[in-house]
Amino acid sequence: MIMETASAILNTLPVSEIRSQFPLLQRTINNKPIVYLDNAATTQKPWAVINALRDFYVNTNANIHRGIHTLAEEATTAYEATRLAVQSFIGAAAPEEIIFTRGTTESINLVANTWGKQNIHEGDEILISAMEHHSNIVPWQILCAEKKAVLKVVPVNDAGELIMEEFEKLLSPKTKLVAITYVSNSLGTINPISDIITMAHNVGALVLVDGAQATVHLNIKVQQLNCDFYAFSGHKIYGPTGVGVLYGKQALLESMPVFMGGGEMIKEVSFGKTTYAVLPYKYEAGTPNIADTVALKAAIDFMQQTGIEKIQAHENALLAYSTDKMLQIDDLHIYGTAKNKTGVISFLVKNIHPQDIGVLLDNQAIAVRTGHHCTQPLMHRFGIPGTVRASFAMYNTFEEVDALVKGIEKSIKMLL
Amino acid sequence: MSESNTIAAREAEIVEAFSLLDSWEEKYEYIIELGKQLPPLDAKYKLEENIIKGCQSTVWLVANFENGKVYFKADSDAVIVKGLVSLLIKVLSGLTPDEILQAKLGFLQDIGMMSHLAQTRSNGLRAMIQQMKNYALAFQSIHS
Repeated sequence: MIMETASAILNTLPVSEIRSQFPLLQRTINNKPIVYLDNAATTQKPWAVINALRDFYVNTNANIHRGIHTLAEEATTAYEATRLAVQSFIGAAAPEEIIFTRGTTESINLVANTWGKQNIHEGDEILISAMEHHSNIVPWQILCAEKKAVLKVVPVNDAGELIMEEFEKLLSPKTKLVAITYVSNSLGTINPISDIITMAHNVGALVLVDGAQATVHLNIKVQQLNCDFYAFSGHKIYGPTGVGVLYGKQALLESMPVFMGGGEMIKEVSFGKTTYAVLPYKYEAGTPNIADTVALKAAIDFMQQTGIEKIQAHENALLAYSTDKMLQIDDLHIYGTAKNKTGVISFLVKNIHPQDIGVLLDNQAIAVRTGHHCTQPLMHRFGIPGTVRASFAMYNTFEEVDALVKGIEKSIKMLL
Repeated sequence: MSESNTIAAREAEIVEAFSLLDSWEEKYEYIIELGKQLPPLDAKYKLEENIIKGCQSTVWLVANFENGKVYFKADSDAVIVKGLVSLLIKVLSGLTPDEILQAKLGFLQDIGMMSHLAQTRSNGLRAMIQQMKNYALAFQSIHS
């Protein structure tokens, strides 16, 4: 009993202390404290990240990898320190497996344009799911159209979970790639990614995991997962916008053709022939987003110091509390009731357009997302134009959930 | 009353009505009420060609030209947008193409609803105003 209490205390996230480290959360809108529940779109940034970004420009700014002066060396070290931090954060085997991109979208497009162009041929099949974000649909549609390949879609059930029997049926030796999200941005569903990867590998297909939503909530270990590619964005894990990561198994990345040509990615250039740089620089043409990449390390450090398990436990508690409270609201329907889900609540109220609720919540300084969340096929699956989505982060509180529930009740009263 | 005064008078009337409403709640309740009162557009007009597609909500707009004046009818699936649509119809319907084209619609600023025209709102309202002006321009060129 005593042991349990002690561990409960140890496992409790110091939320007010955490909140004090996020300056934006101190802001008011219309004289009301902001309740920020649009974390699946982007998270707020702690001082550690803001200071790292500022500090880079104040003290270190220089172009990387080429200069021999002190600043260039310091900037290069800082940039490469983030690569090492990412490697350890997601459990990659080597820093060469970490490619910096602008974000998840660019990471997926990189794979489609390199590995995809090299390995997808007429009649091949690429498997995605009905809950994919447009950024994990459109690049594959473009590739399939170009290569006369076939895009197949794993359906979801009414709870918003993948129908694994259908997935199994769709897999065949024709399947060359399974490109799938770990966590649904619209519904919060956590997919059984390990099973998916094993099953895909059994038919000889590679697996690209869209980790845009998962990385901030779950402990990611790419070697254990054994995925071939993993993509995520810095800004959804408390880091800056404009920097993201593509993880790829080293042998795979080495075998793939280059993406963009330019400086940094070359070994030697002559007008007759150009040879390319080694990994990871082969895929990092031009001057990268140095400052944001440097600051991404501060976000990773922040998450690791806070402890992903504690964050997860807190977010799960918020999810359980808010689900319970919201189901008490008349005519409110929650979309996405998977057994295994992250802190996302997507909902609709009978006879009310989601945008109307969003506008009225905004007037109460409550920030939620309304609309199709860039998952139009998923919305079609449920026969709805969109939802209102509240998504939680480590700094959200139970009081904020109460404010949301009160805000929804008030909005409904005004609208009906 | 001169023609240019027509719009000014209509806008002033709306601004005055809103000036009596103190809180944001009252303002939005009024807009919601206007949205509910606006007669729904006949199903026969709810055609693809009449849709002004926002990212989130949809607006339907129909225009007629009679005796030198443009008459608008509109609808939306979101009631707040519909209320704002109702205000735009109040101001612009029954005017000449010239008047519609010159309308600056400053009242939206005065009643504190400008944010609904922001690009991020994606509610079709901004596009609706553009479409109203496009109709006015089309009728003007037919007329002249």
